[in-house]
Amino acid sequence: MNELPQQLVNGLLLGSMYGLVAVGYTMVYGIVQLINFAHGEIFMTGGFGALTVWLILPGGTTLWIALPLMIIGAVLVATTIAVGAERLAYRPLRGGPRLAPLITAIGLSLALQQAVWSLYPEAKSARTFPQIPGGPIELGPVTIQTGDVFLLIAAPVCMAFLAFFVMRTRTGRGMQATAQDPDTAKLMGVNTDRIIVIAFALGAAFAAVGAVAYGLKYGVVDYKMGFLLGLKAFTAAVLGGIGNIYGAMIGGVVLGVAETMATAYISHIPGMSQLGGQSWADVWAFVLLIVVLLARPQGLLGERVADRA
Amino acid sequence: MRNRSLLILTTAVTAGALTLTACGSRDDKGGSDGGASGGVTVTIGLDAPLTGELSALGLGIKNSADLAVQTANKKEYVKGVTFKLVALDDQGQPSSGQQNATKLVADKSILGVVGPLNSSVAESMQKVFDDAKLVEVSPANTNPSLSQGPNWATGDKKRSYASYFRTATTDAIQGPFAAQYVFNKAKKTKAFIIDDKKTYGAGLAGTFKGEFEKLGGKVIGTEHVNPDTKDFSAVATKVKSSGADVVYYGGEYPAAGPLAKQIKEAGAKVTVVGGDALYSPEYVKLAGAAAAEGDIATSVGSPIESLPSAKEFLANYKNGGYKEAYEAYGGYSYDSTWSIIEAVKKVVDGNGGKLPDDARAKVVEAMQSVSFDGVTGKVSFDEFGDTTNKQLTVYTVKNGAYAPVESGTFGG
Repeated sequence: MNELPQQLVNGLLLGSMYGLVAVGYTMVYGIVQLINFAHGEIFMTGGFGALTVWLILPGGTTLWIALPLMIIGAVLVATTIAVGAERLAYRPLRGGPRLAPLITAIGLSLALQQAVWSLYPEAKSARTFPQIPGGPIELGPVTIQTGDVFLLIAAPVCMAFLAFFVMRTRTGRGMQATAQDPDTAKLMGVNTDRIIVIAFALGAAFAAVGAVAYGLKYGVVDYKMGFLLGLKAFTAAVLGGIGNIYGAMIGGVVLGVAETMATAYISHIPGMSQLGGQSWADVWAFVLLIVVLLARPQGLLGERVADRA
Repeated sequence: MRNRSLLILTTAVTAGALTLTACGSRDDKGGSDGGASGGVTVTIGLDAPLTGELSALGLGIKNSADLAVQTANKKEYVKGVTFKLVALDDQGQPSSGQQNATKLVADKSILGVVGPLNSSVAESMQKVFDDAKLVEVSPANTNPSLSQGPNWATGDKKRSYASYFRTATTDAIQGPFAAQYVFNKAKKTKAFIIDDKKTYGAGLAGTFKGEFEKLGGKVIGTEHVNPDTKDFSAVATKVKSSGADVVYYGGEYPAAGPLAKQIKEAGAKVTVVGGDALYSPEYVKLAGAAAAEGDIATSVGSPIESLPSAKEFLANYKNGGYKEAYEAYGGYSYDSTWSIIEAVKKVVDGNGGKLPDDARAKVVEAMQSVSFDGVTGKVSFDEFGDTTNKQLTVYTVKNGAYAPVESGTFGG
């Protein structure tokens, strides 16, 4: 069992990435009740945005100088696409049947994937992402890769920023008001259209940071990277309670740790060796989701579902 | 309640989306409408992943097949017959492969098909081709059951499809060959075996395991991974704490690269060993040159750069002006294509210089006795449709690129 601390860290890292992306699903859902299926692809475009900045920068640039610029590039690309999608694809459908924006989101997701696949140079196979130099950091029984350090710092910082933004700023309070009751919020002078755009932009920015972390951690970005990760992040958002931003982060971490634990330990249980291992990790993650939803249909931290029914 | 049902609906749609994105195929007409005029045109079909993660290999196959077609036309190798290549993209997906097979069968001018790359894709195509009596020659399928039936491992070899041939050596040989090298030459005794549960990967891992244990090595862990994900950190930690000195991965480079990277980063002192699907520059790129250093891949055949028989191919490929490299299967694709051309020649010569009405069935028959000196050596097929040229080579990553270590023939 001496690998337990390392496996927990592995799960925490994977979960933080899910959480960063899940925030975007949950925020948009909390405000407009739309499950933005294109969010995984917005995450992916963020990764390619960062890669583009890296490729444009002159050859000898060190990563420490490049990284902030890459993050800015990723955030710019992702938010531009998300805000554009909101303006051109979702807003015209607002007030229409609920299914219309949902189908649009799926269409947009495919369109973005294929656009990157066909337009970005050499994106037909995975493209390598710059790596943080240096060896791993040993902390007792735990080894942390240099590529993970960014995620380890970025995830809590982003969450703290979001908590501050939502709780303390005027716009953040406007967001809460819109989530509770858009019509009343409008009557009270909240510009709900603007709030919705901000929700999309913030979600995209978080996804972009997640994408940079993904590139640094796994060393590659590809046009399909948002698909599976987007699904997992959506699962994390539901697990944590969709609509609740803290729930998204907690759901992400729970999901990440559950997958890692399933990979590491299920096969050690007598009689379960056939059902263990990484290829079964997703199954166990979804079993967990079902169990949680049976006990708490609103998710771990969710509470708002009831008053919107 | 509307929200709840919406959520359920969404989940259902998500599941649908999962399947949908895997579908769809793109046609890609090979630009090889040869120059010769008069006579009949025989089309050779080709199916390979021309896009997606395995496209580097797929495009190498397509270019090499194209070169064979061009060469045959230029030499007027079969009098009165002009060859043409039609290339379809399967993206490495069995479902796309089957659609392509149906398309190829429907085109009556097609007398033979080269491909596919993946064993799992071949499985979905074999029956379609066999029903139409259309010959299929794969340059890269290595799963033994494709030719020797599902029970080959227990010695009960039975050919399932008379129309299926391949110029690639099978895993039945590749796995044990790797095991012998790893145990006898590299002196590694504790193996951790990982596969991706696909036909190719699981087959390879199984045969490696059998031979490695027979030699006296210890298998101290097994793991199956999902190749669609990039996070193998949990598996990497398991490998590290198991104390293995070698990891055998049955699978392909898109997952193997990140897997090897994460295993090495976790601090495990292991050599990653794999089959021919790891023998690609992409593997080194994905794993990172430093992490991949010393890793081993076996590949079918000898490195064609070292074969005297391949000189002409290499020169012609260079002059052909192809944008992509011929990669691991270039020589075999050329030989696969050429074997179809040889079979067509036999049929035409045997019928007074004309194509018979049942040309497809005749080509299948003729293929069984084809024999010629190809790029990779002598090309002919045994009673299962497998190549008789069972060469294998061990490659290791040296200074960021694969270099051949030793070649050998396996008697098994």
